[in-house]
Amino acid sequence: MSATLFLEQVLNGLQFGMTLFLISAGLTLIFGVMGLINLAHGSLFMAGAFACAAVANATGSFFAGLAASIAAAAIAGALVERLVIRRLYDRDHLDQVIATFALILIFSEGTRWLFGSFPLYLDVPPALSGSVALPGGITYPLYRLAIIAAGLAVAAGLFFLVNRTRLGMRIRAGETDREMIAALGVDIGRLYTVVFALGAALAGLAGAMIGPIQSVQVGMGEPVLILAFVVIVIGGIGSIGGALVAALLVGLTDTLGRVMLPQAFAAFMEPSAANAVGSSIASMLIYIVMALILVVKPTGLFGAKA
Amino acid sequence: MNREQTISAAIIGLLFGAGIAGLVLDQPFILTLAAKAAIFAIAGVGLNLALGYGGLVSFGHAAFFGIGGYAAGILAWHARNFEPLATWPFDIAGTTSMPVTWLVAVVAAMLVALPMGALSLRTGGVYFIMITLAFAQMLYYFALTWPAYGGEDGLSFYLRNDFPGIATSDPWTFFMVCLAVLLAVMALSALLIRSRFGLALEMSRQNPQRLASSGIRPFTVRLSAFVVSAMITALAGALYADLNRFVSPAMLAWSMSGEIMVFVILGGTARLAGPVAGACLFILLEQVLGGLFEFWQVFLGVVLILVVLFARGGLMGLAAGRRSAHG
Repeated sequence: MSATLFLEQVLNGLQFGMTLFLISAGLTLIFGVMGLINLAHGSLFMAGAFACAAVANATGSFFAGLAASIAAAAIAGALVERLVIRRLYDRDHLDQVIATFALILIFSEGTRWLFGSFPLYLDVPPALSGSVALPGGITYPLYRLAIIAAGLAVAAGLFFLVNRTRLGMRIRAGETDREMIAALGVDIGRLYTVVFALGAALAGLAGAMIGPIQSVQVGMGEPVLILAFVVIVIGGIGSIGGALVAALLVGLTDTLGRVMLPQAFAAFMEPSAANAVGSSIASMLIYIVMALILVVKPTGLFGAKA
Repeated sequence: MNREQTISAAIIGLLFGAGIAGLVLDQPFILTLAAKAAIFAIAGVGLNLALGYGGLVSFGHAAFFGIGGYAAGILAWHARNFEPLATWPFDIAGTTSMPVTWLVAVVAAMLVALPMGALSLRTGGVYFIMITLAFAQMLYYFALTWPAYGGEDGLSFYLRNDFPGIATSDPWTFFMVCLAVLLAVMALSALLIRSRFGLALEMSRQNPQRLASSGIRPFTVRLSAFVVSAMITALAGALYADLNRFVSPAMLAWSMSGEIMVFVILGGTARLAGPVAGACLFILLEQVLGGLFEFWQVFLGVVLILVVLFARGGLMGLAAGRRSAHG
């Protein structure tokens, strides 16, 4: 494989990893603060993508769609938190899994009812279309670079929010001791709604950003959801920094595995068999990595508590 | 009989009654649905052992359902195409005998569940849920991308496997086979729960330290429960493949794991007949609501949320009241 192709795949892996980070950050924040395992997070990702596609197609502006996706996902998240999720905080994980699995059914079939089964299409906005020449002779789509940049910006924003602001202080305090900060006069119910809406907004943003690369359709949330779970489990549940590292690890492993494994097997097998074995193992690779990491470190790379 | 046993018998009676109705009204469709409910119930009885009695929330039981399905499907496919399964070290032919496919399904599930359970049980809580999901996803993607047995398209085998002395292609007979297997695994499950092992499993859920201090390793008890649970679910998978005469990666998909979990929760966890009630209700909702409204799963979702929030014992909890023997 040539160096250019390799670098291109590394960039693809980074872009995929950054998208995963946008989704996982909310998921891990919600788990860290509220102790809630939220399977419906992928549905909020889908809701963001649909809102973006609907608004962008109606107004002709992708950026209006982007704003709509964040708003729609945040509102949907806040509503769901008020109606269902807040009753689950002191339940066991099994109840949370089943109730949020039920939310997936409602979101998916509800969206199919509203928008039909056909995928919607979203175009790359003109301002971000085309390719740029990078040092080293690579030309790479500008839009994918924009996704990487957006992921970095969100990561920086989240670190600032959690570590430097009053809301972040409350979020960290809520993670450690919710009774204590409730006793200090913080409205813990409202804090939880805000955190849930924030996580939902990040998932919605990720959905909108990924819309022009994939088609926007019902069921797009679930594969991403499972990958996001892999990410937060590898990173250590509740750790945003861990989610960033793990998202990049998963993104790069998956992308590079799919390209390199078939070639690696071709070194000692006939091409068609090598392709079959290579792509088969490549599709399982991140789950193998996850299992290995959990066997060595049962609470993930950066997870402190069990 | 106490109240729960009476209600359990009534649920089995209802399922049997649905089969009789199908036979009398000459509606093979009803018989197929009843067989499907019985098969889902078997899968649920399997999961209930780990999830209900052992408190091990496995989000990967579709793996075993699929393993059972593929065991039956692959053996039948080889037999029908007269291609040997293996030629080395000696010739192994496929088979269309149901008992043999069941045996292979159960042993295959055991061989996968042992390492999978041993590794997963190193973690706990949410990590356990996620690592079981990850293992199931591995198998799902393997089935999806491995071209030998149909890959994405799945594997059809046109004729249902045989059972010595029985015409399995007849819907009534096949329903009775499924019902008999269901009763057998429920009996096995009841025996296990009442045994020393069952008590140890109960203790491993409620107080593992106390179990350890009485000289029993919680890990061994949990792993045994996980493996037996997987083997029962694989049996359901083999029957499901025979019902449809088709296996596909969908049997291994994560949504299948979720559905098996739904059967257990709808019916009531840690209740012997809970999964039967749950699977019957699921099929009933699917048929009644699905006939009225294309997007019936919206209502399934609402029902599930209501059950989780307001009826924590599921159907059995509503009908039979609070649990008496096992807390």
